[in-house]
Amino acid sequence: MSDPAIVVEGLAKRYGKVEALAGIDLGVPPATVLGLLGPNGAGKTTAIRILTTLLHPDAGRATVAGFDVVSQAEELRHVIGLAGQNAAVDENLTGLENLEMVGRLYHVPAAEARRRGEELLERFELTDAAHRTAKTYSGGMRRRLDLGASLVGRPQVLFLDEPTTGLDPRSRLEMWDIIRELVKEGTTLLLTTQYLEEADHLADKIAVIDLGRVIAEGTSDQLKARVGGEVLALRVAERDRAPDAAGAVLGLGPGGGNVDNNTGEINVPVGTDGTAILTEAVRRLDAEGIKLADVSLRRPTLDDVFLGLTGHAAEGGGDGDAGDEASGDGDRKSKRKRKREQERVRERT
Amino acid sequence: MSAITETLREPGRLAATVSDWWVLTKRNLVTYLRKPDLLVFSTIQPVMFVLLFVYVFGGAFELILPPSVPYVDFLMPGIFVQTAIFAATQTGVGLADDLQKGLIDRFRSLPMARSAVLAGRTAADTVSVFIQTILMLIVAYLVGYRLHEGGFEALLAFIIVVAVGYAFTWVSAFAGLSLKTIEAVQAALFTIVFPFVFVSTAFVPLATFPSWLQPFAEYNPVTIWVDTVRVLTLGDLYSPATSPLFADVKSLGTLMWLSTLWFAGFLAFFSFLGVRWYRRT
Repeated sequence: MSDPAIVVEGLAKRYGKVEALAGIDLGVPPATVLGLLGPNGAGKTTAIRILTTLLHPDAGRATVAGFDVVSQAEELRHVIGLAGQNAAVDENLTGLENLEMVGRLYHVPAAEARRRGEELLERFELTDAAHRTAKTYSGGMRRRLDLGASLVGRPQVLFLDEPTTGLDPRSRLEMWDIIRELVKEGTTLLLTTQYLEEADHLADKIAVIDLGRVIAEGTSDQLKARVGGEVLALRVAERDRAPDAAGAVLGLGPGGGNVDNNTGEINVPVGTDGTAILTEAVRRLDAEGIKLADVSLRRPTLDDVFLGLTGHAAEGGGDGDAGDEASGDGDRKSKRKRKREQERVRERT
Repeated sequence: MSAITETLREPGRLAATVSDWWVLTKRNLVTYLRKPDLLVFSTIQPVMFVLLFVYVFGGAFELILPPSVPYVDFLMPGIFVQTAIFAATQTGVGLADDLQKGLIDRFRSLPMARSAVLAGRTAADTVSVFIQTILMLIVAYLVGYRLHEGGFEALLAFIIVVAVGYAFTWVSAFAGLSLKTIEAVQAALFTIVFPFVFVSTAFVPLATFPSWLQPFAEYNPVTIWVDTVRVLTLGDLYSPATSPLFADVKSLGTLMWLSTLWFAGFLAFFSFLGVRWYRRT
């Protein structure tokens, strides 16, 4: 059982000119959770689609529970469960009917399919709605039903593509509880998310993916350690002074840092010199007459990691950019960075 | 390891496939039961066609048809076939909807027969064609439609109409999978089906077409099917002997043969394309 549940080697896929996956490698030990973290268009969904046999890779290979995703697709489908981005339930069927149908399609006998359906509804607190058509369900209920459908076949490996996107905070927390419980029971899980917080909460290991490549991999703590030490977080009182403030303090740390001109927030990784840099930063800003609304030294979050690795935040658009080669070309990279900044601005206004 | 036992426990492959087909057919039939308005509204349009042709154009048509052939008896076989073909549009619309909702992705990730989603959908929609044809028969009777041949011929004609509907559910299925949105499916199917239905003998005799259109109209599958149903229900009244307008009407034997050929051709071609498209990853 020590064989990895998921092995991915050099997996690549392109759609016309767009390189969705540029050769990724992953390994997921059984009964662990890998969080695939990245912005829209990073290639997360493409990876899931290949691993669940919905899409053929152009290059590379992958196995799930020991089955090759291309040559043993048929066998593989018996041991996986998938819950995609949109809750894939039949609106005209009741909750129970949906689960029974999926059970029957896993070739579970009718009575057993019904029993499993009832069990899952109970577990996801949908028993009261069991005999109502899914049309009448709220977004959170549909997601839970959809997750239930992915579990009817008792999968060894479960794939969840952005399981909480579009859910309200309460439903999201409920979803997290459910997922944590599943993993406790020994299911291997590959989860994609745009939310750093989500990966942090749920995943044993995180693979950060951007423009079709895995740009970092490790536990949440390992990734945070890559940022090194602490982060100085500032927020200027007047947003229009944010660029000036950034100019004054960004060079203080050992490298990196970012500014969000919309919120006036500035983050600077400061290594182990936190206190000294904090003092210097406050002195410089004071000298420029920039008032601060907030200042703190904090442990790095995955947001800092993502910014450090990719030069842009994890949220916000990356769509359409997936075709760009993620080369080390500085000029190009900064161009991309600028483009992303613009996109973020557009999104917020 | 449980994967292997799971595979062993699985019933025979054929039994499993049949079971998948049934599960999906049932799913789609339940949808019809929960949305009866769908069936009602899809029947209203052909009923309006009947009323339009019988009461608006009918008088004019009576003038050219031989007096022994009431226009309504000439018309209805065309309407039956047209209704079956248009009803099949539902298949593509339903599949496009499933595709947009992500249901097709779920089905494709399940260890089920690759043909089941399409087979189940087309089967359920053929049940709907069956019901609509019966409703149309009732409407036809009310506006004066009468059979001129025996019950066996009528049954055969009924089967042909439903079979045409079935063949077109596969055309529609392919359109649904390849075009992916409900609007595109509706627009495309209407555009493609329209000339076949109207440049056929569904509403007028072949001899009334301009000569350059006649070759197309004559071998158009819709003409073949409509004429087969017509000969089965009108008998000798719809033959070259009755009127020069019917000079090109083929014998029942030829029509049955061509009908079957077109039906089998449509079914084979589009079910092959459809399943292939479904598998395509």
